Amino acid sequence: MQSKAFIYSIIIVLITILAGFFILPQGFDQRFEFQRWRLGLDLTGGSHLVYEVDLSKVKGVDQTIVLDGLRDVIEKRVNLFGVSEPQVYLSKSGDSQRLIVELAGVKDVKEAIKLIGLTPLLYFAEIKTSLEEGGEVQYVPTELTGRYISGAQLTFDQVTRSPQISLSFNKEGSKLFADVTGRNVGKPVAVFLDNNLITAPVVQEKITGGQAQITGQFSIQEAKELVGRFNAGALPAPINLINQQTIGASLGADSLQKTLYAGLVGTLILIAFMILYYKGFGFVASLALLVYMIITLAIFKLFGITLTLAGIAGFILSIGMAVDANILIFERTKEEIKKGISKTTAISEGFKRAWPSIRDSNVTTIITAVILYYFTSGFVQGFALALLIGVVISMFSAIIVTRSFLNTIIKDHA
Amino acid sequence: MLNIIGKRKIFLGISVLLVIASIALVGIFGLKQGIDFVGGTLWQVKIEQEASIDDLRGFIKSDFDIQDFTITQEPTTQSFLLRLPETSEEVHNSYLEKLETEFGIIEELRFESIGPVIGQELRTNSIWAFILVLLTISLYVAFVFRKVSYPVSSWKYGIVTLLTLFHDALIPIGLTAYLGYAQGIEVGVNLVVAILVVIGFSVHDTIVVLDRTRENLRNQDRGQSFAELVNMSVNQTIARSINTSLTLIFILVAMYFMGPASLSYFILIILLGTLIGTYSSICVASSLIVAWQRE
Repeated sequence: MQSKAFIYSIIIVLITILAGFFILPQGFDQRFEFQRWRLGLDLTGGSHLVYEVDLSKVKGVDQTIVLDGLRDVIEKRVNLFGVSEPQVYLSKSGDSQRLIVELAGVKDVKEAIKLIGLTPLLYFAEIKTSLEEGGEVQYVPTELTGRYISGAQLTFDQVTRSPQISLSFNKEGSKLFADVTGRNVGKPVAVFLDNNLITAPVVQEKITGGQAQITGQFSIQEAKELVGRFNAGALPAPINLINQQTIGASLGADSLQKTLYAGLVGTLILIAFMILYYKGFGFVASLALLVYMIITLAIFKLFGITLTLAGIAGFILSIGMAVDANILIFERTKEEIKKGISKTTAISEGFKRAWPSIRDSNVTTIITAVILYYFTSGFVQGFALALLIGVVISMFSAIIVTRSFLNTIIKDHA
Repeated sequence: MLNIIGKRKIFLGISVLLVIASIALVGIFGLKQGIDFVGGTLWQVKIEQEASIDDLRGFIKSDFDIQDFTITQEPTTQSFLLRLPETSEEVHNSYLEKLETEFGIIEELRFESIGPVIGQELRTNSIWAFILVLLTISLYVAFVFRKVSYPVSSWKYGIVTLLTLFHDALIPIGLTAYLGYAQGIEVGVNLVVAILVVIGFSVHDTIVVLDRTRENLRNQDRGQSFAELVNMSVNQTIARSINTSLTLIFILVAMYFMGPASLSYFILIILLGTLIGTYSSICVASSLIVAWQRE
């Protein structure tokens, strides 16, 4: 039993040392940098923007295609700002469709907001006629723009079953498209979205009637993307900024530093108290607390959980709760020792009898954290997740880690 | 052995007074809803050159042409926190230009603008989260005390736990109402989270004390009254009730005094709730169960 405890202790110490290296911030050791810490916008500085997508004018078309196209366009614009890992994603809330943009460390937020809010611009362009041999291909925009397109669809060639894009134009568009294709038979006509070339099919013949197919060696995925982009440039789905959170970089860095400092001081006071009050037991509990802190941080990093200020606060609160299980066990052990039984039996009784209280106390906090996680977003969600992970791991550390350490040490002194 | 149950009338009296005072505070001052519930703008700016809060207030009143705003200054810095009605991006830019013309270089530390739609959503979700936490914890408490034992039936333990839970939640809410009046503190998602954390934490202390009472009832000595037995149980668990709270309080106090200003109010509410929760699980829950059994 005790040699088993010794082996467990060794394993725990080894895992903790590894985890300790793993959680070092960037710049300490190259070997452990295969995964980076993800810091939230409130710590690095940046913007969290929520747009409402107005789909009232998009009817009869598959809305998801329009939304994906829109997301795609916005993502391309955001990339222009050289943001590290920009996040652009869709989220549905009741009946309304939201587009969420997260920009970390953008200097000029105003410019970014302005650019994101623009209506996507799609236009057709033809090759400049005075093209010199070997020169770069230059395109000249035509009058034909996205507003003449009434929609794009993914279809399949009836014979080859290969994916193709079907475009339909409105009345004016049909005329313009006939002109453009008529002028460029055998030559490519390019389509630009936000000044990015998205496709340049070669015109086979003059197309009248307002229906066109773009064929080529597309995969279904590529064809879908193109359809999305055509629709983004064609269909009016204006976006409207309904929520903005922008945090300056200096404020974020300041908050992070203060929180970590406060957490460190609080933890040291806590450890001092545990050692003064519970002596040897308190020392073991403090070691278990360190194991707990390192393992929890390693799990945050391993699963790529974004650390926000609130999340760190949740983690620090969980440090204050993590030793609770040890206190319940030690108090119970003290009572058992008073009954006059041997120390090792008292410890094992202490663990056994304190378990129902430990379970109950953690279940109530877990209930709170889980409900908060599902009913909230942003700030609170990060807090709830950190608290939840913290409480679950603390049950493991308080019981398995403390017990293995205690059993090893008690044997040494016996 | 501390005679806590003997003084139960005093403890219950104090608690009743505190709860009534809290309800009165909410009644008198109301709860000021924050921008995350009703929509609005929070704007923190740092002005490089010397400027007083009164200068800024006067300027906003005259040049932004808005009346409904509050402004606070972070102590010893030139950082000001403005709470404005919801501000669109264009208006935000025009405000910034005006400020820069008047006060020179401005650093924007934070700009948060929440539309009424999002505010409504956050409020609804917070209320749901609140109700669900109360319900699930109640069910859990009923489950924990499901085995009937003499002389107090199990559901009474459950009711007592819930009463102390409301007690622990109401008093910080009362303080918030007062702080809203005195310091312009607003109720937002933060308060809801803080109260829920307090509930989750304090309910378990109460369970520990009542659970010990039940355990002792099984090996009750002849001639020991119920009140004596409860008092013994409280004394057996008092060290762990205080110590488990103390460890959390160390952390909270450090966070309150050294942590970032944006979290200080959130931490304060959890701190107060933890103190009240510890007091209630030691003095109030046990007193209630004895008082109820006597009737």
